[in-house]
Amino acid sequence: MAGSFQGGVHPDDAKALSKTCETITLPLPQEIVLPVRQHIGAPAKVIVEKDQQVKKGQMVAEPGGFVSSPVHASLSGIVKAVEPRLTPLGTKVLSVVIESDGLDEWAEGLNSPRDFSDLSPEQLRTIVRDSGLVGMGGAAFPTHVKLSPPAGKPIDTVIINGVECEPYATCDHRLMLEHPESIVGGLKIIMKILGCSRGFVGIERNKPDAIKVMKEAVKGIPGVKVVDLKVKYPQGGEKQLIYAITKRKVPAGGLPMDVGCVVQNVGTAAAIHDAVSLGRPLIQRIVTVTGNGVVKPINVLARLGDSFARLIEFAGGYTENAKKLIMGGPMMGIAQFTDEVPVVKGTSCILVLEEEKALEEQPCISCARCVDVCAMKLLPTTMAAMVELERWDDLKRYGAMDCIECGSCTYICPSKRRIVEKIKFGKFRLNQIKAREEALKRAAEEKAGAVKP
Amino acid sequence: MARMFEVSASPHFRDRTDISVIMYSVVAALMPAVFGAVYFFGIRALWIIALTVLTCVVTEGLIQKLLGKPVTVKDGSAVVTGILLAFNLPSGISWWIPVLGGVFAIGVAKMTFGGLGYNPMNPALLGRIFLLVSFPVQMTTTWQAPTGFPGIDARTAATPLNILKENSSILHNQNLYSIDAVNAAMSKVADLNTSLMDMFIGNRSGCIGETSVLLLLIGAAYLMYKRYIGWKIPFTYIATVGVLSWIFGGYNGLFAGPWLIHVFSGGLILGAFFMATDMVTSPITFQGRIIYGIGCGIITVIIRLIGGYPEGVAFSILLMNLTVPLLDRLSKPRVFGKVASRA
Repeated sequence: MAGSFQGGVHPDDAKALSKTCETITLPLPQEIVLPVRQHIGAPAKVIVEKDQQVKKGQMVAEPGGFVSSPVHASLSGIVKAVEPRLTPLGTKVLSVVIESDGLDEWAEGLNSPRDFSDLSPEQLRTIVRDSGLVGMGGAAFPTHVKLSPPAGKPIDTVIINGVECEPYATCDHRLMLEHPESIVGGLKIIMKILGCSRGFVGIERNKPDAIKVMKEAVKGIPGVKVVDLKVKYPQGGEKQLIYAITKRKVPAGGLPMDVGCVVQNVGTAAAIHDAVSLGRPLIQRIVTVTGNGVVKPINVLARLGDSFARLIEFAGGYTENAKKLIMGGPMMGIAQFTDEVPVVKGTSCILVLEEEKALEEQPCISCARCVDVCAMKLLPTTMAAMVELERWDDLKRYGAMDCIECGSCTYICPSKRRIVEKIKFGKFRLNQIKAREEALKRAAEEKAGAVKP
Repeated sequence: MARMFEVSASPHFRDRTDISVIMYSVVAALMPAVFGAVYFFGIRALWIIALTVLTCVVTEGLIQKLLGKPVTVKDGSAVVTGILLAFNLPSGISWWIPVLGGVFAIGVAKMTFGGLGYNPMNPALLGRIFLLVSFPVQMTTTWQAPTGFPGIDARTAATPLNILKENSSILHNQNLYSIDAVNAAMSKVADLNTSLMDMFIGNRSGCIGETSVLLLLIGAAYLMYKRYIGWKIPFTYIATVGVLSWIFGGYNGLFAGPWLIHVFSGGLILGAFFMATDMVTSPITFQGRIIYGIGCGIITVIIRLIGGYPEGVAFSILLMNLTVPLLDRLSKPRVFGKVASRA
């Protein structure tokens, strides 16, 4: 099948730096820092206290609501502190800091194999939630919520996302080569939870070895197929992936469940398998440490809470001209100002670059390359202009809330304009305005309610 | 203190192409036609091109310097304007015409609006129209026959569109003229039909850069391969001219017009591929571009067939330039996944 989507760009994928590096398990860190929010939704609530002894896999913070996720200790030791610490998202978040006791012991009842065929979908969902599973592609959306579509949205297709379209990142690639059975195990569990009989694994054609391995792994499983896709960024975007494989279009402002689909990253699928069939909550993940700013790019299996600094040290340290540190890939990754931040659930890639000269913005020449590459068929240059002119109503009409912030427009712009940056700010503004309007509306309703006898 | 890193918003790398890469690619694409200009019209054509380019570059640099703005001439946009303006001039023109044209094209059509990216109308075409309106005799009687390199025996000659225009009043009102006059007019038009191959190569009288369909197409093909120009505007423009001139351009009723002559002559190929596609002054939306191309085609044919001028390409593009903001506003692309609503 040769599916694809309209738009997109073709940056040099730079994966050769690390794609042949077998994943190395890092030695146990001395200290881990676990922020209570490393997912979309309400922060988790800390349930341990200073000087308390904890074991590996023990829950140290419970979910703070339905759309939330618990946090587990990724090694055994003593809780050194519960205090705000800097996270890769740039803010300080309350974190559980644990000092390792060197024993790396599992908590009671965990790490024992289990047959999921005896469990009901509801029971499976509960295990997924209690294991702290969130989307491992980077967005970190609580998985049990994704696997709980409302009654009116039946799911007939599960898609496992092995596309990994961001340049430099190879953690998903290595996972597919090294643990295909975990990914397939996770897919089976997902299909059972959703009661759905059709599954796909989407992989870009720049990973022929992974395609081969995964095709072998899904052989004999009814309803499951591996689909190889044209190499184009952002093929790994949910909406683009669903369209390329099923030709269904997720409605603007809608979710994949609106067209009967659920998409999960390969890492999430493997984590689901580990949680359900092996009794292991989410405590570690594969991270690609790469870029021309590290001496030896590698893929590592890192404990959640280990520091970026330590992972980079393991990759041979910085090169002389290393200037930029990014969590994620070059297209959508978040630049860090320090390496003293912890690996969180969504940390797929640590990218260090020897920065080139900063580029000055030239005026827009209306070349429309941004329009041509937009994966959501929007008008990026017009939206950026609306933001600069502060015309928020017009910005909304031009569909700013449908922007997936992939950055293709900014990548291709010959005038080097910071288009997506402005659109992101515009979206933030529109959300602020909407929240304010809703608050005013509620206040007015309450007042009207109070006046009525 | 721990090592600090540079922070900026994503994306953290960019495609190598910048404005000057695009502009100099356009210059490269125009080189075959420059070569053709010298081949057909002699060394004088090269001087005119060089003079126009020099004037444009100096005007831009000088104005930017006087305004205290950064001088951006090395982005190549003034060079492109200079070449295109020169391409729109007859080769027999006096030297001060390209100089005035260049000063107007850059100074008035581009810099008064704020420079690159802000001009509403194509600067080269506005420069050409300024010259046409201000110096009509020079601009309409100095076309030279293609006597080739080095151009010592230059002599003026009518262009194919001149011939069509001159003879159309006779052929449309044949009962008012003598049989001899009508036959003479018919044979002149028929001659054009036999010289289609000449017109394709460029062996005809006309403006410096417009005559060779072949050499212009080679350059255009390169730009389309690099995706610096698209197919929508040129193809809809040329197709519209072809269809309308076929329907209405004949002398013996409808659907008998000399459409291939119309497509090959005048500044249509040059205009459709290199001027209507000028990024700053053309639409950014799919439907906008289609309507723009069709609009240019309609106006071009109207001027050619029933207007006072033999050629309408420059006027049609400039008029459509003015509609571009409206076209873009009315034809927003349908967002991926959005259900069409009655806006």
